[in-house]
Amino acid sequence: MSQTMIARAAGRGGSNRIGGTLPVLVLFLPPALLVFTLFVILPMGEAAWYSLYDWNGYGLPEKFVGLKNFEVLFRNGAFRQALTNNALIIVVSLAIQLPLALWLATMVSHRIPGAVSFRLIFFMPYVLADVAAGLIWRFVYDGDYGLFAAIASFVGVASPYVLADKNLAIYAVLGVIVWKYFGFHMMLFIAGLQSIDKSYYEAAEMDGATRWQRFRNITLPLLAPTIRLSVFFSVIGSLQLFDMIMPLTGGGPSNSTQTMVTFLYSYGITRMKVGFGSAVGVVLFVICVTLAFGYKRIFMRND
Amino acid sequence: MTEQTLVVATPEATKPVAAQRRRREVFSKHRMSFVTWLYLYASLLIIAAVVLLPLLTTAIGGFKTLGDLRVNPFGLPAQWVWSNYLDILGSTRYWQMLANSLIIAVLTVVLTLAVAAMAAFTFAHVKFFGSGFLLNYFLIGLMFPVATAILPLFIRIRDLGLLDTYWGVVLPQVAFGLGMSIMLFRKFFQNVPHELFDAALVDGCGYIRYFWHITLPLSRPILATVGIVAFVNSWNSYLLPLILLNSEGNYPWPLGIMVYQGEYSTDWQLVLAFITLTILPTIIVFFAAQKHIVAGLTAGAVKG
Repeated sequence: MSQTMIARAAGRGGSNRIGGTLPVLVLFLPPALLVFTLFVILPMGEAAWYSLYDWNGYGLPEKFVGLKNFEVLFRNGAFRQALTNNALIIVVSLAIQLPLALWLATMVSHRIPGAVSFRLIFFMPYVLADVAAGLIWRFVYDGDYGLFAAIASFVGVASPYVLADKNLAIYAVLGVIVWKYFGFHMMLFIAGLQSIDKSYYEAAEMDGATRWQRFRNITLPLLAPTIRLSVFFSVIGSLQLFDMIMPLTGGGPSNSTQTMVTFLYSYGITRMKVGFGSAVGVVLFVICVTLAFGYKRIFMRND
Repeated sequence: MTEQTLVVATPEATKPVAAQRRRREVFSKHRMSFVTWLYLYASLLIIAAVVLLPLLTTAIGGFKTLGDLRVNPFGLPAQWVWSNYLDILGSTRYWQMLANSLIIAVLTVVLTLAVAAMAAFTFAHVKFFGSGFLLNYFLIGLMFPVATAILPLFIRIRDLGLLDTYWGVVLPQVAFGLGMSIMLFRKFFQNVPHELFDAALVDGCGYIRYFWHITLPLSRPILATVGIVAFVNSWNSYLLPLILLNSEGNYPWPLGIMVYQGEYSTDWQLVLAFITLTILPTIIVFFAAQKHIVAGLTAGAVKG
């Protein structure tokens, strides 16, 4: 209705006058279009193109190798480890971090004394840079100086070098991920909980529903959109995990904490293997597209 | 189910007395038993301790000597050593790093706000052929991490001669934040009452003047939200600067901190002091503007 009025009003103003439709289109859209095309769309397309070449980044890509880069990639043990780790990070995010965040959200969304302070404390790690969080925990895990060293010496056993142990390092990394991100998901859930109409709870309580029944039959179903959102962020976040791994382990020991992006960094970027590295980017791209299509419905529903 | 709807429906009719009484009853039921209270606060305190302990030990560790740190990583220092902190505060590299981060972040925020607000305004108010397609084109940016295109991006920045410059980092950061920013702006602009717009157009106010004099002044909350998200992302970003900057003089703090850690890896007390000083600005700003930051970061996410 008002759209047509606008169109009519704009038409009356005439598109040749300053402030008409044409100047807006010509002035307002191109900057965004240019920046976005140049630095997002073209590079993504080029990644697909370069991934078919063996190229060191100088001159033009000429040595066409077809799908060889992908073949080498999937045969690479470190890359397969990276894929496994990314999957593991997603599983831990969903199985541990999400319930933890939800549990805490239900606790601090009550009007209890100190609730606001607890929320802020829990959210704080999220605003810190991943790099800083990684370095802090590198100290905590340190076998000579850190928390683990202190506990070990207190108990009287040899101190463990958690980050240097290829069986333990990934779990240490997972711990830091949960430490850093649970507060963000908690805030999402608090926002979700606050949008639930309190009268449902009052009604349920009058009917004698137990705490668990209220949670199971009111909170959980009404929180479904928030939960899906939280899942989405966990998945996308874990797929691009890089900053935190670098200070903690750099992908080691013996590639046991490699993720797709750390693999891309150490095998593609530092060695300037543009074709091979682009192939990793393409795999990441395909995984994102697949997941996004799976989630498209949710976004449509939210809109 | 029927009872539920009944109760939901009644407050309107019998609001003052009955609803108040009912609410009081409900709240008295909410009054926690001591056991619940204990369980609640014990859980919250334990988790708060797990969150805070690493941060506090980092800050306090910076006041220790290396020997002290080794025998006593988690207690208070045997002797407070101020020189760790003071030496860093007196060094140019610390301030240079923060300045680099600040310049990159401010440029990113300003450019993001300008470019995204203009594009979103067009999508919200102007009907034109292909607008739906173009909007979806930008929304592609929501799904893909920078890593998918990092090598071609490096080559492009290099060929443009922007390698090792602030702009070389700023432009890709702006580009990858555009999808989210445009979406947030567009939603907000669409909710500005249409009567305002119609009246302005009838009075002969064109789109551009309308944008500048009416839309922008009304949009402070969303400018703050988008600005905060862009600033925090840029301030903390590591991967893009790592690949696009070579000289240490241009490094923002997340890169600088890694270089410092590499140089003094055996002197944990110095590294801890350095970490503390680099995250201090974030923590101060966080507590000073917590409401805006929490709202900005979660609203950005929720609406994204």
